[in-house]
Amino acid sequence: MEEERHTEAKIGAETGRGSSPRGPGCSLRHFACEQNLLSRPDGSASFLQGDTSVLAGVYGPAEVKVSKEIFNKATLEVILRPKIGLPGVAEKSRERLIRNTCEAVVLGTLHPRTSITVVLQVVSDAGSGAQLLACCLNAACMALVDAGVPMRALFCGVTCALDSDGTLVLDPTSKREKEARAVLTFALDNVERKLLMSSTKGLFSDAELQQCLAAAQAASQHVFRFYRESLQRRYSKS
Amino acid sequence: MKETPLSNCERRFLLRAIEEKKRLDGRQTYDYRNIRISFGTDYGCCIVELGKTRVLGQVSCELVAPKLNRATEGILFFNLELSQMAAPAFEPGRQSDLLVKLNRLLERCLRNSKCIDTESLCVVAGEKVWQIRVDLHLLNHDGNIIDAASVAAIVALCHFRRPDVSVQGDEVTLYTPEERDPVPLSIHHMPICVSFAFFQQGTYLLVDPNEREERVMDGLLVIAMNKHREICTIQSSGGIMLLKDQVLRCSKIAGVKVAEITELIQKALENDQKVRKEGGKFGFAESIANQRITAFKMEKASIDTSDVEEKAEEIIAEAEPPSEVVSKPVLWTPGTAQIGEGVENSWGDLEDSEKEDDDEGGSDEAIILDSIKMDTGIEVSDIGSQDAPIILSDSEEEEMIILEPDKNPKKIRTQTISVKQEKAPNKKPVKRRKKKRAAN
Repeated sequence: MEEERHTEAKIGAETGRGSSPRGPGCSLRHFACEQNLLSRPDGSASFLQGDTSVLAGVYGPAEVKVSKEIFNKATLEVILRPKIGLPGVAEKSRERLIRNTCEAVVLGTLHPRTSITVVLQVVSDAGSGAQLLACCLNAACMALVDAGVPMRALFCGVTCALDSDGTLVLDPTSKREKEARAVLTFALDNVERKLLMSSTKGLFSDAELQQCLAAAQAASQHVFRFYRESLQRRYSKS
Repeated sequence: MKETPLSNCERRFLLRAIEEKKRLDGRQTYDYRNIRISFGTDYGCCIVELGKTRVLGQVSCELVAPKLNRATEGILFFNLELSQMAAPAFEPGRQSDLLVKLNRLLERCLRNSKCIDTESLCVVAGEKVWQIRVDLHLLNHDGNIIDAASVAAIVALCHFRRPDVSVQGDEVTLYTPEERDPVPLSIHHMPICVSFAFFQQGTYLLVDPNEREERVMDGLLVIAMNKHREICTIQSSGGIMLLKDQVLRCSKIAGVKVAEITELIQKALENDQKVRKEGGKFGFAESIANQRITAFKMEKASIDTSDVEEKAEEIIAEAEPPSEVVSKPVLWTPGTAQIGEGVENSWGDLEDSEKEDDDEGGSDEAIILDSIKMDTGIEVSDIGSQDAPIILSDSEEEEMIILEPDKNPKKIRTQTISVKQEKAPNKKPVKRRKKKRAAN
């Protein structure tokens, strides 16, 4: 009897790894983050979220090219590099979304005529766009914090998916994301929990949008708590 | 961003230290930095750390048509990328000399040494072969990119599994990983590059130079070798003259280093395979050292979303409903219909200016025209005759009226043209005047 239960649990663990079945309630998959792991950039962070992982490096505030100089604020650049092949249109569009989010929180006016460069490298991609975007946002935020770039707030990315029957799933696996009717990715700030960026795909009603947003806000608390705890650990003496 | 130059005193300090057989990181002359290999969750993905130098390798495959002159051989493709993350001086999307040199060396080390059996990658001769693509991304540059990249490439290739295919008559079946276990590539041997830096015209030698040492070195010798002590490629750069004995000594050292590294690679591969077989946790998440204070993990967290619906309802209830706009479709002429009221056209002036451009054949002239208008205005006021400015302003006002969106666009066109015709004779003398002024 005892043994049987043991094997059962083992099988559960095995099947659970590939496509983790979720309960009816929503949950976020495991997070892991390591900061300051690269020696050359001013700030760096690697962020793992489920099967997706992104490495971010930040240079700045540093010298800026004359052609890109902005006289009253810092020039923010975001470069996203795919794992296989050369960057394409999808990467450019994500770069833009991330840049706009960062520009909203980075206090660029404190460093006029400088450049802040965020380089993101996809390390492992479970094959879903929305999750990758959320992970990129989290990695970028942690790297900016590591680099000591002044920001008015922290930000995080949260993904929601709506199934064909209208159930809401937070942080969907790539399989669920493919089956979903709509996938929404939000970037939220930690001070007022307001929306910084949203990227949506598929059909949904306004009520569903508000539901997703409220769920994302609830999930963002967990992400921000994770940020806080990891930074506390980092700056602790022990 | 430009690279920070190395100051003369730093340079002298480094060279003096090397003369005294000392290295800045405390290594001995022949010491290699620590190598750490970690694997990702998917096959063919690895990160290799050589000291602080870090390279990410990823292998992918694709079925393609073979090259015409090699109908039965698969295609191997290497691509090393120097990301800006690695060092600020690397610019994205630019093929620098260094990058070309490294890519070429990597190709010679891995493709030309025939370490991978390309014939086993053939599916249907002359029609379909596997193309194996090795992407290498430099994540952090702390010297000796080529050694780290060659290790990453061979580790990723050894770790990679391609989907199984079967050929029955004319039918080719590609199996998913669930149907049949993916198959590894057949690898004959593992060539690994070892770099030697030379200083003071070859008097001093260092194994595995770091970034600072690379900056002050005179020459570099790269030897690619496998564990059977067969040299796969050898390259000397920097323009130093090496003696036969020096090259032989280097090849002996390379043999020792390659044996050590190969053993390490095999151990890492075995370890990963064992973990995968046992169904344990693998991937980069497991390779993050948990005891480091810069790293932090959080297990799966459930989130209470029970009040989400209420919240959403609240927000929607509070929000003002969008103003009801009932639009009736209007049929203007057969084939042209309009839905909604539309807003007043604010594009009128732009369209007109475009027309002007078209008429005059260039925007430059339009700008000139503007400046002329201003010029004439100033001049006229300078002269002080009171009649002239009134006429000018009249003509301008006429233009202003035209610019506003009018009810019948046809009329506008005729008006603009007429205005232009009126203006045309005026313009030329003015222009000449301006040129004269410029000459003065």
